[in-house]
Amino acid sequence: MSIYLNKDSKVIVQGITGGEGTKHTRLMLKAGTNIVGGVNARKAGTTVEHQDKDGNDVELPVFGSVSEAMEKSGADVSVAFVPPKFAKDAAIEAIEAGIGLLVVITEGIPVQDSAEFYNLAAQKTGPDGKPVTRIIGPNCPGVITPGEALAGITPANITESGPIGLVSKSGTLTYQMMYELRDIGFSTSIGIGGDPVIGTTHIDALEAFENDPETKAIVMIGEIGGDAEERAAEYIKANVTKPVVGYVAGFTAPEGKTMGHAGAIVSGSSGTADAKKEALEAAGVKVGKTPSETAELLREVFKG
Amino acid sequence: MDLYEYQARDLFEAHGVPVLAGIVAQTPEEAKAAAEQIGGTVVVKAQVKVGGRGKAGGVKLAKSADEAYEHAQAILGMDIKGHTVSRVMIAQGAEIAEEYYFSILLDRANRNYLAMCSKEGGVEIEQLAEERPEALARVNFDPNTGVTAEVAKDIAQQAGFPAEQHEELAQVFQQLWTVFSEEDATLVEVNPLVKTGEGKIIALDGKVTVDENADFRNPAHADLVDESAEDPLEAKAKANDLNYVKLDGQVGIIGNGAGLVMSTLDVVAYAGEAHDGVKPANFLDIGGGASAEVMANGLDVILGDDQVESVFVNVFGGITSCDAVANGIVKALEILGDTATKPLVVRLDGNNVEEGRRILAEANHPLVTTADTMDAGADKAAELANSALANK
Repeated sequence: MSIYLNKDSKVIVQGITGGEGTKHTRLMLKAGTNIVGGVNARKAGTTVEHQDKDGNDVELPVFGSVSEAMEKSGADVSVAFVPPKFAKDAAIEAIEAGIGLLVVITEGIPVQDSAEFYNLAAQKTGPDGKPVTRIIGPNCPGVITPGEALAGITPANITESGPIGLVSKSGTLTYQMMYELRDIGFSTSIGIGGDPVIGTTHIDALEAFENDPETKAIVMIGEIGGDAEERAAEYIKANVTKPVVGYVAGFTAPEGKTMGHAGAIVSGSSGTADAKKEALEAAGVKVGKTPSETAELLREVFKG
Repeated sequence: MDLYEYQARDLFEAHGVPVLAGIVAQTPEEAKAAAEQIGGTVVVKAQVKVGGRGKAGGVKLAKSADEAYEHAQAILGMDIKGHTVSRVMIAQGAEIAEEYYFSILLDRANRNYLAMCSKEGGVEIEQLAEERPEALARVNFDPNTGVTAEVAKDIAQQAGFPAEQHEELAQVFQQLWTVFSEEDATLVEVNPLVKTGEGKIIALDGKVTVDENADFRNPAHADLVDESAEDPLEAKAKANDLNYVKLDGQVGIIGNGAGLVMSTLDVVAYAGEAHDGVKPANFLDIGGGASAEVMANGLDVILGDDQVESVFVNVFGGITSCDAVANGIVKALEILGDTATKPLVVRLDGNNVEEGRRILAEANHPLVTTADTMDAGADKAAELANSALANK
């Protein structure tokens, strides 16, 4: 089992003919992902050649739109590798087509664009009253269910399937943590992104991991900026029964300076790493001082 | 990017928000000329991107152009909370009957926009929000529809304004929404928004933050950048497309990925506690690629910081393999030649790490030490920085 993504997911790539799209389509196929095609309106009707994980040649159709791709290929997941300028339109297209999961990898999207497409997705609900499209990102490494599928750019060779669920704002920190715990393995690892407005939150992922029978313990990685970690801590206290281990980056970040991620900024006393650590610890989450120490804390969970 | 008050005023004016005359000046002579042009009583206001300038003596009333000259002379060069004043704005004086507060900002938690408004402006808004939250109306709205006439009137009503003021206030709120929306702002704040003696609504002081990710559709924003206020090393890094933040410390940091670099700073700071308190000197994210050129540019910026005594290169090879990163480091040191003088501690992990470590071992560069883990690398870099300081 896993969350959000598995071997049966039918994945399309928005921007499949671009440089990043081409490179990562190859890597996603190699990771076992069932990619059923891509989208580029200007190259509709053509195909792109790749190899599947067994090395067999595959020809992937390029569709004119997400809705055409869904209709003809049954796609239910889209991964967008589209430059920032065009990312909003690409996201709106996927949302209006009613895709189930949209992973936006693109870094550097104007935050007003993200706010607009996020709210569009939030308001387009299905018969169950929930949004039809779940968005992961933007500015994120995406989601990987090791051994089954990858929708994003996470290196697939770090680790294999196992009982840990991981949710993180940061890409390389996610890889580092997966590497430290590679002998135990992961059910699903999600990078939710470091932008001020993101689709899937820590809380969404925690809820999904709590409900996933294969996930036995959860690692949550946060960083400075906003109050998502504080809210996640409240959620954990009230709703999560599985052990959660946490890590927060940015204790030494000065006030008023953006640390790489658009959302990673301490303003006044809000958004500090100390406040996040305190909130998590108050919710019973063990918080490591370094990534290695955090990995050790997680190991202790499995030692019993 | 935070804008200066005069830049905010100009944007307000361009979008039809009622403002008073205001002219920026960099010398007392310019201030005097501006005061003459505006005429009557003016206010000389220090332009700094920090609050509390009034208390610091950075805002003065001038009844004549000569007085404006004198005040400008006193205020220019003044230090306000670590910011040196290099510009003043000469603003038209106004008779203020009432002071209000209004802002629109990105609400990260709710992932939409938030308008805040109070009849009690001109005070520290954080203080008001804490002490008397009922005096501050908060109205969330949908980014896709914005501040419609309906939303604008709702804000005025929730803030407790009398009905006869709703129309005029709502119009100003909508104009400020235009500023927010069209300038790709994440914050537009007016404090105070005033009612003058004649009953007119005017934006007297403005604070605007614009989103640099949207620069591609706002070419005019390039002119708003104050290069003189930038740290020279940060400016150099920016010119090389490097994500660099200068800090106050001795251990230079290079890493890939914002989260990992932030984490590296923390780990170095912890390690520094055992080495006489040495600290990380900077944040530098070289991104995924880590080519020789990027590595060389990064090292060049870091070694340009005189405070730096050692450098910790902490890279996790994800898509990029460690052998490419190791080759990048070796070539970067060749490119830099004699200008590279400080010891480097390199920690590589991840994709093809054995080959990466082999390349570094083979190159056997006298400045390079390798570490197996992030914690060990941080400790070594802190130790080297501390012993370099001790030998000074």
